[in-house]
Amino acid sequence: MNPLVAHLWLIPVLPMAAAGIIALLPRSKRLPAAGLAIGSLAVSLVLSIAAFAHTLSLPAAQRLEFVNVPWLQFGDKWLRIGWLLDPLTAVMLVMVTFVGLLIFIYSTGYMAEDENFTRFFCFLALFAGAMLAVLIANSLLLLFMAWEIVGLTSYLLIGFWYHNPAAAAAAKKAFLVTRIGDLGLLIGMVWLYAQAGTLLFYDNGLGSIESGPLSHLPAHTAFFGLSAASPIAILIFCGAAGKSGQVPLHVWLPDAMEGPTPVSALIHAATMVAAGVFLMARIYPLMSSTPEASALAAAVTPTAALQLVTWIGAITALFAATIAVAQFDIKRILAYSTVSQLGYMMMGLGVGGPAVGMFHLITHAFFKALLFLGAGSVIHGCSGEQDIRRMGGLRKYMPVTFAAYTAAMLALCGFPLFAGFWSKDGILDAAHAWSPSVIPFWLGTIGALLTAFYMARQMAYVFFGTLRPAAPHHPSHHPAETEQPIAYEDVAEHEPHTHRPHESPAVMTVPLVILATFAVLLGFLGTPAWPWFQAFLNRTDLVAPGFSAFAEPAFLTVMLTSTAVVLIGLFLGWWLYSRNPITHADAPDILDSAAPAAFTFLGHAWYINELYAATLVRLNSTFAVLADILDRFVFGGVVQLVTWASLAVAQFDRLFDTYAINGGFDLGTHTVRLGGWFTTRFQTGRVQTYLRFIAFALIALVLYLLWGATA
Amino acid sequence: MNSFPALSLLTALPAAGAVLILLFARTTKLARFTALLVSLLALFFVHVLWHHFDSASAAYQYQELHPWIPALNVDYHLGVDGIGLLMLLAAAIVTPIGIAASWHIERRAPLYFALVLLLEACIFGSFTALNFFHWFLYWELSLVPAFFLVRLWGGQRRAAASTQFLVYTMVGSITLLLSFLALFLTTHTWDFAQLAALAQSGQLMPPVTAKLAWARFTPHHLALLLFLGAFLGFAVKVPLVPFHTWLPDAYTEAPTGTTILLTGAMSKMGIYGFLRILVPVFGAEMQSLLKPLLFLAVASIVLSAYAALAQKDLKRIFAYSSINHLGYCLLAIFALVIANPDPTQKYAALSGALLQTLNHAITAATVFWFIALLERRAGGLRSLADFGGLRRIAPVFAGLMGIALFSSLGLPGLNGFPGEFLIFKGVFPLAPRASSFATLGLLLTAIFILTVIQRVFTGPLNPERSTFPDLTRGERLALAPAIALMFALGLFPQIILGVVNPTVVAYVQHLF
Repeated sequence: MNPLVAHLWLIPVLPMAAAGIIALLPRSKRLPAAGLAIGSLAVSLVLSIAAFAHTLSLPAAQRLEFVNVPWLQFGDKWLRIGWLLDPLTAVMLVMVTFVGLLIFIYSTGYMAEDENFTRFFCFLALFAGAMLAVLIANSLLLLFMAWEIVGLTSYLLIGFWYHNPAAAAAAKKAFLVTRIGDLGLLIGMVWLYAQAGTLLFYDNGLGSIESGPLSHLPAHTAFFGLSAASPIAILIFCGAAGKSGQVPLHVWLPDAMEGPTPVSALIHAATMVAAGVFLMARIYPLMSSTPEASALAAAVTPTAALQLVTWIGAITALFAATIAVAQFDIKRILAYSTVSQLGYMMMGLGVGGPAVGMFHLITHAFFKALLFLGAGSVIHGCSGEQDIRRMGGLRKYMPVTFAAYTAAMLALCGFPLFAGFWSKDGILDAAHAWSPSVIPFWLGTIGALLTAFYMARQMAYVFFGTLRPAAPHHPSHHPAETEQPIAYEDVAEHEPHTHRPHESPAVMTVPLVILATFAVLLGFLGTPAWPWFQAFLNRTDLVAPGFSAFAEPAFLTVMLTSTAVVLIGLFLGWWLYSRNPITHADAPDILDSAAPAAFTFLGHAWYINELYAATLVRLNSTFAVLADILDRFVFGGVVQLVTWASLAVAQFDRLFDTYAINGGFDLGTHTVRLGGWFTTRFQTGRVQTYLRFIAFALIALVLYLLWGATA
Repeated sequence: MNSFPALSLLTALPAAGAVLILLFARTTKLARFTALLVSLLALFFVHVLWHHFDSASAAYQYQELHPWIPALNVDYHLGVDGIGLLMLLAAAIVTPIGIAASWHIERRAPLYFALVLLLEACIFGSFTALNFFHWFLYWELSLVPAFFLVRLWGGQRRAAASTQFLVYTMVGSITLLLSFLALFLTTHTWDFAQLAALAQSGQLMPPVTAKLAWARFTPHHLALLLFLGAFLGFAVKVPLVPFHTWLPDAYTEAPTGTTILLTGAMSKMGIYGFLRILVPVFGAEMQSLLKPLLFLAVASIVLSAYAALAQKDLKRIFAYSSINHLGYCLLAIFALVIANPDPTQKYAALSGALLQTLNHAITAATVFWFIALLERRAGGLRSLADFGGLRRIAPVFAGLMGIALFSSLGLPGLNGFPGEFLIFKGVFPLAPRASSFATLGLLLTAIFILTVIQRVFTGPLNPERSTFPDLTRGERLALAPAIALMFALGLFPQIILGVVNPTVVAYVQHLF
């Protein structure tokens, strides 16, 4: 066993330990807190790179190592958990530690003024640790545990400015919506445990996603003639859909932008939200497993689980892109863009396998983190402004941010040769060849058009035209987004023009430049001509087809289509927004003037939140009230009835006692007394009376005897 | 067998403490310090027992067996296996927390703390008794201190709440007693192990039902009737919906220190009863009523979580939460009687139920402790609307209570999770629909717990609480062990499971 693999657990544990120590530090220890967090993550990065190099050094087929340790015992079974190192883990480890480290460094600048600076780094380090644990987990249980802690840190960081009720509500919403998905994941997990007998992914052929248990798993039919593998995979997908903001569980992600921007970049764009895609890639053998009898058919028709993933992903990709078109908050546009891109990843995974989806995940992590950090730099430079209508012309004030942002934006749009181009084309190419339906391909293509369009629109609003400063009384959209909202308002009120937008400090711009480099270059790791990434992830040896791959007609069609679509999108965005940029912050959006109803509908995100509030949320509160009523009046009522019945019996008993028993007794004694009184009348003590009685009695006796004798 | 009377001494310790306090502790200060000291000694005592417990054996240990009333076949029989020991540990951990949370009680403090210790003694007694006779004595006797603790130190509606609590529990006890008297008619034994052995061999019910032979009842129905009598006693105690209506009132009206004992220790007497008495003796009857029982367990989990969602009073919220958490235990216990040749799932379910029992004791006690602190600092108020934004001025309070709340929510890494996971792992294959429905309770718990955090700690600061003090150094020190325990048991549940596992195996193998 390689010592590196044996000690791979250090990668997540180091940041976690740092988080634990920071938690105990007093608030004033800002430097040690940031130092600990950054230092621990830097060590993790070094270890991750070493692990990556180690994986590379192995022959392709042997790039899977794992360590399993017993955790707890029930009966004769030990529940084991463990960690593993395979290409998927290695790639993700490097990505998360690298992007994470850049964002940690950036945060020292962004959060410099925050009073809870130490707490922020505590949460960030905990997040990093938990996220890394998700990546190295060799057990669905361990993955789930880390997954939930990731959810907790997301909750803590979205609600970091907890005194803002909107942030507190958004944090709660994020936790609860993802937990809905996690219930599916939990059920899927215990079901998988019951069927496969283990939750380890790899265990020398006995792991739950290895051939042994998998081959007999589909033999169990659950319902509707489906094999158990399908519902299990779909239930686990529920968890992934919640975490990765897939329709219909996407509602939390845009609200999550209430958190500080570095959090949005790290957690809600680059890493955590991609964990769902990662999970799908991890359990891909389960997703694609079919009964052996129909294995041949499976080559043609994907499993129900994969079809579902594809459809949900494709719908999410287009749906979120339409919403992004009509947003004005710079971070919300990026948030919906993230949802949309996560849809692409899911779709890519469904149509083309893990390598296709994961490639987009990796490239997206870099350019989306860059977009968010760029947006953070813009917000920072504009003293907390987030409304793109109140920006404009910033390219003059923030040249570095502008350059980096442009690179990221082109990468996101899928502009030829930028990173997103290669990864998105991989997805569209696979979608084009997908046998069940070609509709996901078209959904994705239209989504790509919209992506180019809304990014062009955003660039036009933010960086081109002229500066449209906020009205003096204008309340900041997110007062909390600046460290000291009061100071900001002061500035806005008293010296609105001296507080010009400014470029951010180097600690913030240097990470931007580094990320920008990757946003441009990273795609070359997985071009069709040299699909190194795909081969690495699939644990096969690289067979580079060379440039002939570009000449393949199907691929050429897709590539040309997507390029054309991107160009059209960019052109439309430029044509509509850059030719006649708005001059006032309050001027209506050009689309708003053209089609106000549609624009409002998209601006409100298809009213999905309102729909949920009116149905699910209300239903839930109704149930709560019903349960309360049931408790108070039905169950409590029965008890009350029994009480009353007992009291009634007691009352009756009392009455019976008083009137029947006591009364009867009283009546009896009364009669006796009366009799006594009556007889005492005769006891006068006078001889005359007694003699009179004797005389009467004698007469009566004589008369009786006379009559008695005659009769 | 009768070596050192450790268990008798354990029960006698708090009882002696109570007597000492009543006789000698004239001041409040002395009374509460004595009580805390005695309860900590008891905890240490249990720890020693835990340490010396042979964790490779499933047999009853520390046994004491003396004939007591030969004419009635009553023995004084004590002993603990893994299950009993775990229950002792739960009660011993909870009592000092309850005493600490009662620190502010000034009115007739000596009596209060004496009653608390007496309650602990009764609970210890019931967890160590292996003979129905004196088990039942402790079971009933525990109501006396509990009743007076609620009646004398409770809130506004204490009179109604304490009476309902006493009478309701008493009704259950009477039906329980009647059932066991019926069993005694033919078996002539009160010993749990003997009754269980008879039940297993199928020789328990036929003679009993033959002897009773009431007019219209078939033997089967008669057996069910006896089961239901015993069942009612435990279902009220835990409680199980719909026999729970005494609980929200009692938990809310009781002084919070007492609530801690009621939920942390007394409710475990019901769980223990299910495990020690109901399943071994009435397993066959439970099996024939499996569907309704599972239904009630799921109803307990879901309805109580929904009811918690509708509450405004913090104590009422967590009173319902308590029903919800113990509902998972009962779900697992009911799943034990499902006929299934593979014992693996039952091992998991029972291990999970035991972990959940201990964890619920620790977590619920700590959460109520925090509520007691909130209540004290807000002058007796404890509605959600009475707080808000406290995290700003009391960050340590918010952080530590947050940990306790997330433990209650079942967050992995804290103690709530391993038990709940094992329960679902075990129950799902045995009863897929019931356990799938039960997951709804996990979501609802998250909703009301996050709502509590949102309303109490986040948002703008409630101006009426602007002087809310953060935890003092003493309070932090006192709370630290409980919080540390949450992490320890969440990360290393094996420290508990390793000790109870042989008992779990033996228990499951002796089912049917």
